[in-house]
Amino acid sequence: MAQERIEVPLTGKVISVSVKAGDSVKEGDTLCILESMKMENPVMTPVSGTVTEIAVTEGQVVKTGDLIATIEY
Amino acid sequence: MDIATSDFLGFLNLSWQAVVMLLIAGILIWLGITHKVEPVLLIPIGVGCMLANIPLGGTTESGGFLAVLRDAGIHTEIFPLLIFIGIGAMIDFEPFLQRPYTIFLGAAAQFGIFGTFFLAYWLGAGGLNLLDFSLNDAAAIGIIGSADGPTSIYVASVLQSKYAAAIVVAAYSYMAMVPIIQPPIIKAMCSHEERALKMPVVAGAISQRLKILFPIITILVVGLIVPKATPLIGCLMFGNLLRESGVVTRLSEAAQNEMANIVTILLGVTVGGMMVGIEFLRPETILVFVLGIVAFSLDTVAGVLLGKSMYVLSRKRVNPMIGACGISAFPMSSRVVQKLGLEANPYNHLLMHAAGANVAGQIASVVAGGAMLMLVPMFS
Repeated sequence: MAQERIEVPLTGKVISVSVKAGDSVKEGDTLCILESMKMENPVMTPVSGTVTEIAVTEGQVVKTGDLIATIEY
Repeated sequence: MDIATSDFLGFLNLSWQAVVMLLIAGILIWLGITHKVEPVLLIPIGVGCMLANIPLGGTTESGGFLAVLRDAGIHTEIFPLLIFIGIGAMIDFEPFLQRPYTIFLGAAAQFGIFGTFFLAYWLGAGGLNLLDFSLNDAAAIGIIGSADGPTSIYVASVLQSKYAAAIVVAAYSYMAMVPIIQPPIIKAMCSHEERALKMPVVAGAISQRLKILFPIITILVVGLIVPKATPLIGCLMFGNLLRESGVVTRLSEAAQNEMANIVTILLGVTVGGMMVGIEFLRPETILVFVLGIVAFSLDTVAGVLLGKSMYVLSRKRVNPMIGACGISAFPMSSRVVQKLGLEANPYNHLLMHAAGANVAGQIASVVAGGAMLMLVPMFS
């Protein structure tokens, strides 16, 4: 199966994580919400599949390019 | 003793101008508290305006506390410079250092300064003579297009413009209104396909050594090319060096918090104190506000036009909307572009790219302010 790595698109703080490893997700589902420059930015999955890894936790400060999740599809 | 009651009862001395200014003061305070429009500035400005327009209060007369603050902080240009140290300590230039090409977007988006300057000068002493705008006034009005409060105050003070108070209020008001001013212009200029364009994520941090060298090199380069910008760029980059050096955390935090907050209170109340009805309520003041919106709009148009050129030249790797962030209204402008990007494509996070152009605009606006201070005396 193919794998999709979802990376952090902007430097900020993870304010919520909506999925956990093993969850099934559909394209467009929100994986987490990042706060940056006082904006809440939803990060969505571009593919439907199963979350095999979640690499961020609530409250974590992240930088662009860090891994958020891996999705198998 | 024969003292008329009108000598000590303020309300017997109320002029219509004072009444209008007291209403404006109330509106500024209301906007700040109820609608949270730049409350940090509008509340002190509103209170300063109220104090200045109470008849017989004496706050703006020689020796009055607002007059003392004006002489000490605005006429000497100290307040905007101290604010710049705080701003420098707050800004992370990493998004710009990762995308140095955004300096061109910052430069393009200063077009509003010069376009508005020529327009104001043409309406005034340089052409139609319809309005009481001297060359210095026109230059100070144009600087509203820097979309930067301290730069506007600094340039208007150095040029001794009689519209300094209106210029500062216009600059801060329009910065708060960036989310209203920019989207229609950007949408009119960029197609859905352009707005939806994703830009590649720039991963990897900039080295701390480069972050430390950046403010030092910027002071030297800008100072040696545009010496009149030295006080502004010097204070901005001094604050940034405090932040990035990593060895004076206490000073960096003091610059970002205590100093910036104290000077903001003093600056706000002093600017409000410059809004005395009899001087403020003139047709020219209204024109200053109109020209201010022209400046912001021209900035946006010029930035997006260069963004569109980059879109073509880069073979669709640069989203043209980030050109709108070349104005230094940080981070309002970045937020606008992030929002428009997500609207067009929910996977399109442009915030860091936009922030690169936005902080580049901060540097460019200071340089433009210095250039204006250098050029205007040559033609006076």
